[in-house]
Amino acid sequence: MTTSVDPALTPSLDVAPKRRLTPRAAFTVALLLVLAFLPLYATLTGDAFVLTLFTRVIILAIGAVSLNLIMGYGGMVSFGHAAYLGIGGYAVGILAKEGIASGFIQWPVAIAASALYALAVGALSLRTRGVYFIMITLAFAQMAYYVTIGLDRYGGDDGLPIRQRSQFGGLIDLTNKTAFYYLCFVLLLVCIYLIWRIVNSRFGLVVQGARVNDRRMRAIGFPTPRYKLVCFVIAGAMCGLAGALLANHTNFISPAMMHWTRSGDLIVMVVLGGLGSLFGPLIGTATFILLQEALSRVTQYPDLFLGPLLLLVALYVHGGIQGLLEGRRE
Amino acid sequence: MLYFIEQCLNGVQLGMLLFLLAAGLTLVFGIMDLVNLAHGSLYMLGAYFAATVAALTGSFVIALVVAVAASLLSGMVLEVIAIRRLYGRDHLDHVLGTFGLILFFNELVRLIWGGGGLSLSLPPEMLTAVEIVPGVYYPLYRLVIILASLAVAGLLYVVVMRTRLGMLIRAGASNREMVGALGVNIKLLYTLVFGLGAALAGFAGVMQAPILTVEIGMGENILILAFVVIIIGGIGSIRGAFLASIIVGLIDTVGRAFLPDLLNHVLSANAAVTMGPALSSMSMYILMAAVLVLRPEGLFPAASR
Repeated sequence: MTTSVDPALTPSLDVAPKRRLTPRAAFTVALLLVLAFLPLYATLTGDAFVLTLFTRVIILAIGAVSLNLIMGYGGMVSFGHAAYLGIGGYAVGILAKEGIASGFIQWPVAIAASALYALAVGALSLRTRGVYFIMITLAFAQMAYYVTIGLDRYGGDDGLPIRQRSQFGGLIDLTNKTAFYYLCFVLLLVCIYLIWRIVNSRFGLVVQGARVNDRRMRAIGFPTPRYKLVCFVIAGAMCGLAGALLANHTNFISPAMMHWTRSGDLIVMVVLGGLGSLFGPLIGTATFILLQEALSRVTQYPDLFLGPLLLLVALYVHGGIQGLLEGRRE
Repeated sequence: MLYFIEQCLNGVQLGMLLFLLAAGLTLVFGIMDLVNLAHGSLYMLGAYFAATVAALTGSFVIALVVAVAASLLSGMVLEVIAIRRLYGRDHLDHVLGTFGLILFFNELVRLIWGGGGLSLSLPPEMLTAVEIVPGVYYPLYRLVIILASLAVAGLLYVVVMRTRLGMLIRAGASNREMVGALGVNIKLLYTLVFGLGAALAGFAGVMQAPILTVEIGMGENILILAFVVIIIGGIGSIRGAFLASIIVGLIDTVGRAFLPDLLNHVLSANAAVTMGPALSSMSMYILMAAVLVLRPEGLFPAASR
């Protein structure tokens, strides 16, 4: 703890900060450039689908980076992270249905509701650890899932179409696909920047220290549960924003958004890209969704290949795609 | 009152089914320290095997026997090929790997049997109702499920508590390394335990198949319930799984049947009808959260820990 800590240092402790362009950094820059110029390509080729697909990638990547904050840096394996996507989405959907279309109200409500829910869940779950933590976060997500099924006024089991996207008083028109794409992209970058700031701050170091050795951190005087809880709430709020974006993207909300398999998807995205790395979740999300898309074009049974692939990643790839780019294998 | 008895029996029936799933899950969890999300897939496979064999032979009993044997075999093969490599790894790796297996099995089933789902019909003599107390008729098949599951639970108890294999299983649960050091073929033991869990899951799938449709993803929601059961009961404790299964089964079924009426007194009729099922679906998660916060080791923890 004597020198400043590179975020890349945390998952393995063997990566010294390098100045030259590593394969990993080159890949990240290339991906960001592709994402930045994608709307141009979509306009030139008239391929609207690719823009829709990548908007989805970016929105889910916001969810994945937020999960990575608690799971990768904080060591809190939450198996209920899709609940925040649902809560953010339902905040937008419910307000829209009740005639409040302003995004200036909808989005803060989505973020605040998710943060509040995360506060409640975190306060109870953080008393447990290990597999119990995995299960209790799952349990809370299931509760949220069943609550939305019971919301008859808002579609219940069938979900609720959103007739009007969030309004920002002429500032930005979310029905414009390119504008919406760039808004999501900028928000993703803001989230990644925030996480970079957080993990390099004193607060972030305490959280990471608690992951490595919670007892020792408490022994030297840090009330780690409080730190972890704040971290948990930040991640929840961030994912709530992703939920608000997702609802605007699909114009539809349903309990299926928070089914436990969606939480599983988020975990897959984070681990696939690289746990505890800044851009890993984005890479993982892009890989996962594009792979699904590509496989479903060449075969009727994409998951027949995707499933074993995930197993292989779990078994043999440490540090996900980011780890592979580093050339570290096990 | 009669309705209440019927609902209680339904609850016990659901509980028994959950126990069959939870027993395998808690054994695997307790002994190999493995979070196996793919356990529900073995339940699904059991149901599909049975539906196929029943369609070919027309006999439910043959279907049951073949399906349980096939589930046992699938479980052991799965353990040898994939699962055994996950032992000793981080729980996150377990979640990722077995989540991949769920995707794989769902797609495999779709490849082999198609996406439409199957049904497994019962022999006609099972379709009657019996009078359990004067005036209360209950479907015979549901009683059969309860009794058969109880028999399996008894058998499991005998195997675990009274046989050499069971002794090794219990020893493995309390100290893996020591058992291995004493010269027990721990790899084979793990394969057997996993196969046993798979067979129990397959059996549960077969028993449930005539009541529900046999479809892709049928194991996913019930798997989560089985996890709730083993957390409430205490990880690694079969006795705990048994008691918690019945508690969860009763809470779910009885809650579903009576909560809307109870809520009716507090809320408007409309709200009660929609809130009731949602609240009863939530109730077991609330119970689990309460158990985790107040008594993290579970209500009936394994004695060895």
